[in-house]
Amino acid sequence: MSDAKKKKKKPEGPNKLKIKERMKLPRQDMPAQNPSDRVKNFNEVPYGLNDEQAFQEALRCLECPNQPCVDGCPVEVDIPGFIRLILEKDVAGAARKIKETNSLPAICGRVCPQEEQCEIVCVIGKKGKPVAIGYLERYVADYEREHKLVQLPKIAPPTGRKVAIVGSGPAGLTVAGDLIKLGHAVTIFEALHKPGGVLVYGIPEFRLPKSIVQAECDFMADMGVEFQNSTVIGKMDTIDELFEMGYDAIFIGTGAGLPRFMGIEGENLIGIYSANEYLTRSNLMRAFDPDEYDTPIIRGKNVAVLGGGNTAMDSVRTGLRLGAENAHIVYRRSEIEMPARIEEVHHAKEEGVQFHLLTNPIKFIGDDQNRVKAMECLKMELGEPDDSGRRRPVPIKGSNYIIKTDLVVVAIGNASNPLIPQTTPGLDCNKWGNIIVNDETMQTSRKGVYAGGDIVTGGATVILAAGAGKKAARAMHKYLMEEVKR
Amino acid sequence: MPKVVDNKQIGPMVWKMLVNVPRLVSKAKAGQFVILRINEHGERVPMSIAGLDKEKGLLTIIYQVVGKTSALMTTVQAGENISDCVGPLGIPSHVEKWGTACVVGGGIGIAPIYPIAQAYKDAGNKVITIIGARSKDLLLYEEEHKAVADELFICTDDGSYGHHGFVTDPLKKLLDDGVPIGMIMTVGPVPMMKFLSSMTRKYNVPTWVSLNPLMIDGTGMCGGCRVQVGDETKFACVDGPDFDGHLVDFDLLTSRLGAYREQEHKAMKHFLGDPGCRLAESVKKFKYPEEQAGTK
Ligand SMILES: Cc1cc2nc3c(=O)[nH]c(=O)nc-3n(C[C@H](O)[C@H](O)[C@H](O)COP(=O)(O)OP(=O)(O)OC[C@H]3O[C@@H](n4cnc5c(N)ncnc54)[C@H](O)[C@@H]3O)c2cc1C
Ligand SMILES: Cc1cc2nc3c(=O)[nH]c(=O)nc-3n(C[C@H](O)[C@H](O)[C@H](O)COP(=O)(O)OP(=O)(O)OC[C@H]3O[C@@H](n4cnc5c(N)ncnc54)[C@H](O)[C@@H]3O)c2cc1C
Ligand code: SF4
Ligand code: SF4
Ligand code: FES
Repeated sequence: MSDAKKKKKKPEGPNKLKIKERMKLPRQDMPAQNPSDRVKNFNEVPYGLNDEQAFQEALRCLECPNQPCVDGCPVEVDIPGFIRLILEKDVAGAARKIKETNSLPAICGRVCPQEEQCEIVCVIGKKGKPVAIGYLERYVADYEREHKLVQLPKIAPPTGRKVAIVGSGPAGLTVAGDLIKLGHAVTIFEALHKPGGVLVYGIPEFRLPKSIVQAECDFMADMGVEFQNSTVIGKMDTIDELFEMGYDAIFIGTGAGLPRFMGIEGENLIGIYSANEYLTRSNLMRAFDPDEYDTPIIRGKNVAVLGGGNTAMDSVRTGLRLGAENAHIVYRRSEIEMPARIEEVHHAKEEGVQFHLLTNPIKFIGDDQNRVKAMECLKMELGEPDDSGRRRPVPIKGSNYIIKTDLVVVAIGNASNPLIPQTTPGLDCNKWGNIIVNDETMQTSRKGVYAGGDIVTGGATVILAAGAGKKAARAMHKYLMEEVKR
Repeated sequence: MPKVVDNKQIGPMVWKMLVNVPRLVSKAKAGQFVILRINEHGERVPMSIAGLDKEKGLLTIIYQVVGKTSALMTTVQAGENISDCVGPLGIPSHVEKWGTACVVGGGIGIAPIYPIAQAYKDAGNKVITIIGARSKDLLLYEEEHKAVADELFICTDDGSYGHHGFVTDPLKKLLDDGVPIGMIMTVGPVPMMKFLSSMTRKYNVPTWVSLNPLMIDGTGMCGGCRVQVGDETKFACVDGPDFDGHLVDFDLLTSRLGAYREQEHKAMKHFLGDPGCRLAESVKKFKYPEEQAGTK
């Protein structure tokens, strides 16, 4: 892009600063609870930007004509567009702008791995720090909700078509929101007693307050989406029975909810949880608040979490908040290979989590009551790259050592839940049990059945699940209008 | 929210609850279970299906007060709603025509074994039923079983009714007598299922047990319900609850069931001591087995 073009663009918008001046503005820091306080509570860690900070941050955007940031976002949020609206003090308008392509900005602003998506390609990031796109997205969505500016969109006249959505994670919620606006009748079937998927049972309160997820679900309900919680599809009704019940098209967004274990000795001892169980007890069942809620949880003094992803960071930080004196991350590769968001690793370190990198557990040791008391580990070194391109960790002979632990959380990933594939003849899956879809339409091998999110990709991200939902909704609408006769 | 249409005491610390969940009932089969939540702050508790009235859409649950949540369940009045009831969960009990099949129910397990006995019968089997409890007043469902069983044996540990001894006694006799039993299905306390399975191993008769590990979601998502069966780890909520008793590691199951004992006991004490609680006087007298032993 030539300089002349950039200059021509500048005076049109609300940002009167020259490009050079914008480049000099510092990135706004997100104020946050200090680490020694926050490990004692489950309140959200970052407070969010205030109006002035958001305005200052918005001033940094160069409004690049080729908009690399937009390409970096999986759902192509019009980033310079919404930032411009912040500068025009039309924050509600900015929220509407984001929602044109991303229906869950309050959530994505908090949990997207921005450093690998929209922010990594931001032009000023090449010289200094990128525009804090995630912070701004969160600011806009929070402002809209807190100032009660959320408007119900116009709902098209009823089409007479009925849609069933299985699973209420970000994929299912997105499909529901898009299709209800187009006038279809939408019902979400959710296995758990609360909607939201991983957003409600997995990601902890201190990172994503449940009231925000609830507000998104309430908004869907206000638009007319019907929620049938506590309904396990494949057990209560099968996909074919949903068709018999009069649903014209079905979306499967059941996530990647089957925990993997290491398959090593002692894994069924008391005090060894899957991350799903540990986080579900704490988040969905609110075991962190025993005065109010009945579900128990083991509070370890020496917590060891296996894995290096967001799930592992969420688990170890939950452990600290539940009173651990020592909290360990045990990961078999090195820090650069850790899949967690940088911010989460940073927060975990600030909170005092100890990292055992290039370390792999080989055995759990129990006491006479079958409670875990220690874990034997091996040190690893990095060898040749494997299929994923990451260097494969290989054990160092004789490097065995013991970590004392009374609570282990296994956070090494999830496989896909087989309940629906098992009960749906003709639904094609790959060898890992993920449902196979057409990339453009998200249609499965069954007519009228679509799928998206983690059940298709394996454990991925909120925004990718939401993006898949968008694509599916588009194709489902076309299918409903063209092929389903009323 | 599901409505409880009846909830009454049928034995010492044992209640019968009828829940109106027509859609669930229309899909459910013998051997499956449900997960209930009484109120918004409550635990999710798994309960076996002890009866299905398909016409009225009613689910029967027979439950024993063993801790806070089961105690809380007794306070639900007929006509009130509970927060949720999800199901049917788990794989239905395997049913085929073996010729002669034997069902064995112990304690509270006498109730859920009843629909299984009925299913065996409907499949054309001769059904031999053995039920046992600690004493006569703890014996339930006698009439129901009588109506289904071709042969019925009743045992009490203290000899207050029927055979004086364990459910394994009549079973052993049948096996020794060479009665051609094709399948033994048992639901009951873990020690009973363990003892029975080890007894029948010698006779090489298939013996299935219905396991009751601690659960949360009941959909295979958390792995909290894992049990060791042979060399494999299984999730009881989706792979079970029925498993080959000859392969189950019962000792591990027993210890895992005690994972939260301290916290549970504290919660119960707190609950019993709460002056505002709606518990019936009989429930307030609740004691844990350890404490009962201590008071003797
Ligand atoms: C602890 C944790 C932390 C994470 N942190 C981040 C993060 O910081 N940033 C990020 O972008 N991503 C993160 N992820 C990943 C992200 O949450 C997922 O990629 C995303 O939620 C997938 O959405 P989904 O809609 O496909 O499914 P899910 O969110 O998994 O929802 C699926 C829903 O379907 C329901 N369901 C399943 N089977 C049935 C059935 N048979 N009948 C009815 N309902 C059913 C489930 O109960 C669940 O509610 C994290 C994941 C975890 C576990
Ligand atoms: C598939 C399945 C079916 C079940 N069916 C029935 C049923 O039909 N009727 C019935 O009364 N109960 C049944 N249970 C057991 C029931 O779920 C528990 O008794 C109940 O959750 C206890 O909750 P609580 O808060 O009252 O007791 P808690 O305070 O949680 O526990 C009190 C004591 O009971 C023991 N305990 C807790 N959970 C279990 C369990 N799952 N099995 C055995 N002991 C346990 C604990 O070790 C503890 O010492 C079933 C469990 C499963 C998994
Ligand atoms: S949705 Fe995520 S990736 Fe896209 S702009 Fe927002 S924070 Fe960035
Ligand atoms: S790349 Fe960065 S500076 Fe350029 S438009 Fe996007 S956010 Fe603004
Ligand atoms: S109860 Fe969670 S997997 Fe079985």
